[in-house]
Amino acid sequence: MKTIPELRQEIDRQVDLLVRAGRQRIQLMEVCGTHTVALARGGLLDLMPKPLRLVSGPGCPVCVTDQSYMDQAVWLAQNRPDVTIATYGDMLRVPGRSGSLEEARAAGAQVQVVYAAHEAVEMARQNTKRQVVFLAVGFETTTPATALAIEQARRLNVTNFSVFTAHKLVLPAMRALLSQPDIQIDGFLCPGHVSVILGYKAYEDLARDFHRPCVVAGFDEEQILAGVAEICRQLATGQPQACSVYSPVSAQGNTVAQKILADVFHPADAPWRALGVIPGSGLELNEAYADFDTRRRIEMPPCESYELPGCRCGEVICGRCLPTDCPLFAKACTPRSPVGPCMVSSEGSCAAYYKYRWRGGKAAKL
Amino acid sequence: MKEKEIRLAHGGGGQLTNELIHQVILPALGGGQDPKRLSDSATVAWPDQPAGGGKVVFTTDSFVVWPLEFPGADIGKLAVCGTLNDLAVSGAHPAAMSMALVLEEGLSIELLARVLASAGKEALQAGVRILTGDTKVVERRGEPGLVINTTGLGYPMPRAKLGFDRLEEGDRVLLSGPLGQHGLAVMIRRKGLSIASTLQSDCANLQPLAAELVSKLGPAVKWMRDPTRGGLAATLAELSDATGRSIEIAQQAMPVDPAALSAAEFLGLDLLSVANEGKLVAVVKAEASAQAVKILRQFPIARQAADIGQIGPVGELPLVEMLTRAGGRRIVQMPYGEELPRIC
Repeated sequence: MKTIPELRQEIDRQVDLLVRAGRQRIQLMEVCGTHTVALARGGLLDLMPKPLRLVSGPGCPVCVTDQSYMDQAVWLAQNRPDVTIATYGDMLRVPGRSGSLEEARAAGAQVQVVYAAHEAVEMARQNTKRQVVFLAVGFETTTPATALAIEQARRLNVTNFSVFTAHKLVLPAMRALLSQPDIQIDGFLCPGHVSVILGYKAYEDLARDFHRPCVVAGFDEEQILAGVAEICRQLATGQPQACSVYSPVSAQGNTVAQKILADVFHPADAPWRALGVIPGSGLELNEAYADFDTRRRIEMPPCESYELPGCRCGEVICGRCLPTDCPLFAKACTPRSPVGPCMVSSEGSCAAYYKYRWRGGKAAKL
Repeated sequence: MKEKEIRLAHGGGGQLTNELIHQVILPALGGGQDPKRLSDSATVAWPDQPAGGGKVVFTTDSFVVWPLEFPGADIGKLAVCGTLNDLAVSGAHPAAMSMALVLEEGLSIELLARVLASAGKEALQAGVRILTGDTKVVERRGEPGLVINTTGLGYPMPRAKLGFDRLEEGDRVLLSGPLGQHGLAVMIRRKGLSIASTLQSDCANLQPLAAELVSKLGPAVKWMRDPTRGGLAATLAELSDATGRSIEIAQQAMPVDPAALSAAEFLGLDLLSVANEGKLVAVVKAEASAQAVKILRQFPIARQAADIGQIGPVGELPLVEMLTRAGGRRIVQMPYGEELPRIC
C-alpha cells in the first residue's frame, strides 16, 4: 500500500491532467455513510486538490428512509401497547409528524435499541406476550443478518417476532441518480462493506452504461485516498470501469450471503427520501416468510411521503448540495435538535460535517 | 430544556448531561460553584481547623453497568476505582469511602458476593477503607441488576496546585494510554457481538499515577481529569469551554490499542468519544512534559503515556481540534449523548 503523501501526490497529478484536458470541476460521490464519516473524521476533504469535490450519496440507511416509514414506526410505538419496537439506535431521533421514537420511548412506549437483528428475535423469545417489531433498515450489509434472523425465528417458531422492512439496494439508487440530468457525478467511490457482499462486478453494468468509474474502497485514510486516486486515474485515461482497491472485496462477492438474501427476500419497488419510488430498489419478504412481515400482521394507517419543511437532506443525499448549503445547517438544525435525518444519523452527511468540520461560525469556511 | 422527560441520552456524559446539570440540578442545589468550572470533586474547608490544614476533598458517583462483570473488571472494582480516580484527578489522597447498594430482586447472591469481593480487594490495595454503607432492595425491572454508589473522602496531596485558571498557552496535554478500551469491551460483551476480541476494560485506580506526578512535579501539574463517559472528546471540550482556550491534539501522537481501534472501526465509533475507566489526562507546564511522560510510563497501566497536544490561547470561540494522521484537521466536539454503533 502506498503512503498517504504518495497517494496525495498521485491524486494531484491525475487531477492536474484532467484540468489540463479541460475539466473545471470533478465531482465524485461517496455512496456510503461510513465513507462520509471517515472523510470528515480523517480531515481528508481539505486535502483534496481544489477542482476535486466529494459529495455524499444515498448511503446512510436512516437518511434514505422515507418519512412515511418513520411516521408508521412512531405510530406503532405510540398506538400499539402490545408492541415492542426493536431498532438500530440511529433511527431513534429522526423527527416525524408525531415526534420521534425517542420521544415516544420517553413517554412510555416500548422502544429498545439493538445492534443486530438476532437480538430482536431473542427479545421476542424472552417476552412471549409482546409483539416484537424489528425496524429493518439498511443496505446489503445488514440485509443478510435480517434474513438470518427471520430464518431463525421460523426455525424456533417465534410467532411474536416480525420485521417492518425498509431495506434498500444500493445499485438501483446509483442508477437513478445518474439518470437525473442536474446532478454531476463523475465517478463513484463505492461502499466497502456493501461490496463485500455484492462483489465489484455488480457495478460493471453501471460503469459501462454511464461511462463512470466505480471503485470500491475500504475505510482507512490510505484506502480512501487509493480509491479516489484510482477514480481520477480512470477519468484521466478515459477508461472507466468497475474495480476494487479494497482487498476483502472479490469480483463475485459473498455468494453465501447473496443466497440467504434471495431465500428470504425478493426485490420490490421502494420509496426513497427525495428520490421517490425507485423500481426494484427495495426488498420484500418471500411468500414462505410472509408471516414475519409486520405489514401483514398489523394494520397500520397509510402515511404519506413528504419532505421535512426547510430541510435539504433530500438534496444532500443526492449530491445536489453540501450540508453547509442548507439554510438550517448549524442554525435550526444541530445534532442536539436535528431537523432532518442527515443530522441525526451517525452516518449522516450533515452530522459528519457538523461534528468534525463546523467551526461555530468563527471560521465558517468549510 | 427542550425535552419534557428524561431520556437515556441525559446520562451519556455529553451535551444533554450538561444541560440537565446546568438547567435543572444546579439551579436547585448548586452551592455557588462557577457552573462553567465543575470538577470531579469538591474541596471543603473544615471550619475549626487552622488555615492551610483540615481541607476535605469530597466526591460521589453512582455506577450502573450491564453486564455486571465484563472483560477486565466488574461493577465492584469500577465503583471503587471510579471514586478513587475522581479524588486522584482532584489532587487528593483517599481517606475513606462509603458504599450504598441498590439490589434488584432476583440478583444472584453469588454474583453479588463476587463483585463485592472485587470491590473490597481494590479498596484494600488502594489502602482505603469502606466505612459506611447502605443496602436497599427494589422490584425487578428487567435484568436483575445492581446499582452501586460510592462516596469518597480525601485530603489534598501536599504539592497539588490544580485548577482551570492555572492553564497557559503552550501547556502540554498528556494522556496516560490508549482510548476506548472500557467502553468497547463492555459494549462487545453486553451485546454478545460476534467480534473475536481480546479487548479488556482499562478500569484501574489512578491514585498512584496522580500522586507520583504531583509529588515529583508539584505545581508544574496544572489540571487533571479521567476521561470517562463522553471520552477524551468530552473532557477536552469541557476544558476548552471552562477556560475559553483552544486545544490542539495530534492523532499521530496518540497511544493506540489495536484491538480497541479495530473494534471502534467495526462499530463505526469515534475512539475519542468512547468511555475510559483507567486513563489520566493531565495538563502540565511545557518544560515538565518529558519528565511527566517518563514518570507515567513507570506504571504498567501507563506504559504508552504520551504528550498528545497543547493548550492554545484564549479566544472568542475556542475550539478543540485534532491534526489527523493524513495531515488534515478535524474538530473535537462534546458528544450529544451516547455514541451509537453504525448500521451499515
